[in-house]
Amino acid sequence: MKMTGAQMILDGFVKEGVEVMFGILGGAILPLYDTFPQFPQLRHILTRHEQGAAHAADGYARASGKVGVCLATSGPGATNLVTGIANAFLDSVPMVAITGQVTRPLIGKDAFQETDITGITLPITKHNYLVLETQALPRIVKEAFHLARTGRPGPVLIDVPRDVFTEEVEYQYPRQLDLPSYRPVFRGHPAQIRKAAKLLDEAERPVIIAGRGVIVSGAYDELRQLAETAQVPVITTLLGISSFPESHVLSCGMLGMHGTAHANLAASETDLIIAVGMRFDDRATGTVSTFAPRARIIHIDIDPAEIGKNVRVDVPIVGDVRNVLTEINKLITPAERVEWLEQIDEWRRQHSSSQIRESESVLPQYVVDQIREVTDGKATIVTGVGQHQMWAAQHYRYDHPNILISSGGLGTMGFGLPAAVGVQVARPDSTVWCLDGDGSFQMTIQELATIAQERLPVKVAIFNNGYLGMVRQWQELFYGKRYVATPLAGPDFIKVADAYGIAGARATRRDEVTSVVRQAMSEPGPFVIDFQVEPEENVYPMIPPGASLAQLMFDPKREGVRQ
Amino acid sequence: MARHTLVALVEDRPGVLNRMASLCRRRGFNIESIAVGHTETPRISRMTIVVEGTSTMVEQLRKQLDKLVVTTKVSDITGEDIVARELALIKVKATSTTRSEIMQIVDIFRAGIVDVASDSVTVEVTGDEDKVDSLLRLLHGFGIREVARTGRIAVTRGVSVLAAMEKATPSRVRRQKQP
Repeated sequence: MKMTGAQMILDGFVKEGVEVMFGILGGAILPLYDTFPQFPQLRHILTRHEQGAAHAADGYARASGKVGVCLATSGPGATNLVTGIANAFLDSVPMVAITGQVTRPLIGKDAFQETDITGITLPITKHNYLVLETQALPRIVKEAFHLARTGRPGPVLIDVPRDVFTEEVEYQYPRQLDLPSYRPVFRGHPAQIRKAAKLLDEAERPVIIAGRGVIVSGAYDELRQLAETAQVPVITTLLGISSFPESHVLSCGMLGMHGTAHANLAASETDLIIAVGMRFDDRATGTVSTFAPRARIIHIDIDPAEIGKNVRVDVPIVGDVRNVLTEINKLITPAERVEWLEQIDEWRRQHSSSQIRESESVLPQYVVDQIREVTDGKATIVTGVGQHQMWAAQHYRYDHPNILISSGGLGTMGFGLPAAVGVQVARPDSTVWCLDGDGSFQMTIQELATIAQERLPVKVAIFNNGYLGMVRQWQELFYGKRYVATPLAGPDFIKVADAYGIAGARATRRDEVTSVVRQAMSEPGPFVIDFQVEPEENVYPMIPPGASLAQLMFDPKREGVRQ
Repeated sequence: MARHTLVALVEDRPGVLNRMASLCRRRGFNIESIAVGHTETPRISRMTIVVEGTSTMVEQLRKQLDKLVVTTKVSDITGEDIVARELALIKVKATSTTRSEIMQIVDIFRAGIVDVASDSVTVEVTGDEDKVDSLLRLLHGFGIREVARTGRIAVTRGVSVLAAMEKATPSRVRRQKQP
């Protein structure tokens, strides 16, 4: 059967299980869009900026576990995707991006809206393709989805010249993959697994550090079984949040720069770290040279290049997290670690950071707490990047799997709103809250139009402190309070929401917080809340940059807290 | 910091060298030399990359290169028993009085003269970098006009791991349909 390049791509999408695509069209990709009516089973969501399309595909992928698809035209369309692709690359999110390209005879001629997007995205994609022969398209589409979703997931970009979309060739979707050099390892090495189990049996003060790999491989039960059987406390990274219920007695919460005191102290004092699907990012480890000085380290990850990259590892196990944990669980013996768990509990009591101080003004921590109250801890929380992101990570108490969607590795301000679009599309029946800062929100504020057009019932909570708050906090603490370029003026977010046809409300006092959250929940459609929060509130605890995990700074405003 | 020799078997496709070189740059490695050529297996090329770094740093680079979809295998053969060679073409100033002296030096190094002109000779030398460097030092006094060096290529001695692995690849490679 003969098909055009555009038909082959969309048919490939259908065969790979794609249901929704996010994008913006333009001249070079127009033939692909023109083919949409022939594939009514594919839903297209028009964003207002290509960065929004990439983040929406990213959010969709994280929430659904499927490959997110985004589309953009050549030149500026393609370069606008770059931040979103880099974000997906650093957080290992499966994504396929299709970009239009100028026609083949014009490539290399600096044609109108031509850019070397495969060159630009070389270091931020798992793999990318420039399609020069239409016959190769079916193979490339199949490979792209396979590469995106297997092994360590990541974004794959396919750059398609306009005349490839329109050329008709004989079509057959390949049955088998042909990637001789790509062989991710799924099963851990049995000898290493035995070694790991033995180390765990011998350890006195072990901890598990769980990362996003647990969520990607769906190893919630296996992680819980390991923790409960061997009585090992579980610390999570930022992206590991919601891989283990935070109300569980063995949960220690988050590690790192704004992690809990007891998690950081436990990680400093432990004699054995079982690192599960995480990559020892510098925001999680503090200064690497002083990280966990007394600990041996078992590192389980599907990417062999992560092992030994940042910290020395005693037992490397390359494989799928769920697979490896299942095998380890067969070998471990039940243990009691009363003393160690009591020690951690004492740290928890001494430095409790979950209590929120009394205040008439709106404290950001209280806002997160009340959103949790009203949503019963069951909403999916999507965040931007900044102080609000850390408060969201610290105070929602995530007890359900995969309900925090946040930009970790790249730390992309503006991720929240477009990602929430994708998350709500993936989970149409779930409550989705986008927690965002006034700075972060304004970076992709135009996606309110997407939410309005698609009638997505996303609830947006803006933590409006009139500053680029996280940077202001650094200026306050480390740059002599010189608030250079951090104060933000306006706009009136409720009027902005209203202009997009979205309802909204404002809270300026503590006693208004709960009622506006309830009001948002009772609204069937989207809702924007402008929380006028305490302007110079800081995120604590904090490990200053360049310090070790044990050198925590606590909130000086709180009484009874050890400095 | 030591000099490491990495051998990579890669798919012979456009852009592969760029991916390898770009990755070295991004991870902060200066490539001292890189040599690429076909292997005994169709569609598989062999790259010999020489970089400087600690064992830990180079192991990280090796893993990152190995992770690329286009690489079949990357090995650090530095510590192994290897035969390593490079080829250099050296154009040296030569007059009727110095020509015979140059030829004597060339003989001692078991090198050869591949081109003679009225005021220069071109020397071809094969060997490890030390040998090429020594010859260059000796010829320096005559006046060196031009030097072209290939960079190192290397194989392990005896029944090598890479050859065994290459034997395993043909069946997989044959299935590969190129556009």
